[in-house]
Amino acid sequence: MEHNSLNERAFISDHYIARSSAIAARLVGGEMMIMSAVDSTFFTLNQVGTAIWQAADGRTPLSEIITRTICAEFDVGHVQAQTDAEQFVKDLAEHGILRISDQPIIEASPLPPIPA
Amino acid sequence: MTAASAIAGIKPLTLEIGGTAVALHTDDPEFHRLLVQRYNGFITSSQPQQLELEVELIKPVAVGDLDRDLEVTLRGQDWFLQRGDFHARWNPASGQGIVRQLSSPYAIDSVLRIIHSLVLADQGGFLLHAASALRGCRAFLFTGISGAGKTTIARLAPAEATLLSDEISYVVRKEGKYFACGTPFSGELARAGQNVSAPIQSVFLLNKGPDNRTEDIDRSEALRSILRNMLFFAQDQSLVRRVFDSACEFVNQVPVRRLTFFPDERVWNIIA
Repeated sequence: MEHNSLNERAFISDHYIARSSAIAARLVGGEMMIMSAVDSTFFTLNQVGTAIWQAADGRTPLSEIITRTICAEFDVGHVQAQTDAEQFVKDLAEHGILRISDQPIIEASPLPPIPA
Repeated sequence: MTAASAIAGIKPLTLEIGGTAVALHTDDPEFHRLLVQRYNGFITSSQPQQLELEVELIKPVAVGDLDRDLEVTLRGQDWFLQRGDFHARWNPASGQGIVRQLSSPYAIDSVLRIIHSLVLADQGGFLLHAASALRGCRAFLFTGISGAGKTTIARLAPAEATLLSDEISYVVRKEGKYFACGTPFSGELARAGQNVSAPIQSVFLLNKGPDNRTEDIDRSEALRSILRNMLFFAQDQSLVRRVFDSACEFVNQVPVRRLTFFPDERVWNIIA
């Protein structure tokens, strides 16, 4: 089941996350710049946010992204990484940038091109 | 020529802005005179028209809610433009459209801005909230939020600079390069730009301060600033993606720098 509102959920690490197809995105100067194609809202992700967003392929649970990507690549403990990642995912989902589901999401948006 | 304007004996007025020619048809002689006065310098007889708008003037009572906010939507093949003072429909494939509006220059001015922004989006260009001027065959753009100093910098421009706009800059992409074109869309100076164009040398993000200096900014800040100041009217998903891609391409090619300036004419000494 896909969740649009996550206010009632405290933990979503066991869920799958996928990039929305209703966005335009580019990696610019190490930051992921994302524009919602629905309401033109503009987002800039920091390095950790960019790593989560790039790993959001719809087939990898958030818990695995936290362990294998965030904790491995950044200097952050697991508890803190989980708290921050869940809040980040919740925020982006509320803006329609990410999708969250308790089932794998097949049709995740491909990664955007990286400019030379 | 439409039946109405043919009967009235009024020739269509063709405006050429940024290389795109728009023929305006009206059967109202007074409104025709107002258009001639407002768009003087951008009226052409040689450029073949590419777009055509039939302008029908209506009474305020026929408009409905005069305070209605602008809404631009794509339905089927047609764009619908609606605001308190106008309703318009335009087909990008044929280039033809109809505008029903109050007898006001602001209504047709807004319709033209929107249609040009839609045309430019397909060509990798855009309209930017920015003053712009030519100096030494190169164009310089000065962008920023309201109050940042667009009008001020335009007013302080030296005599040898040619004003393209004090409010809305017209950015065209031709053969992979970016050019700025003059527009009749004026801001507080109430002075239309000159109908000329030149390659864009750089864009400055305006910031008033105690002295004059320029600073490099990173590409992500440049992109944020360009997107924030683009004129972007429609919430169409494919259009949003094109506009976003255009802004990314633009900041990859054109230097975007911060200009802090004290509002006197010396600021132009560091514009190069």
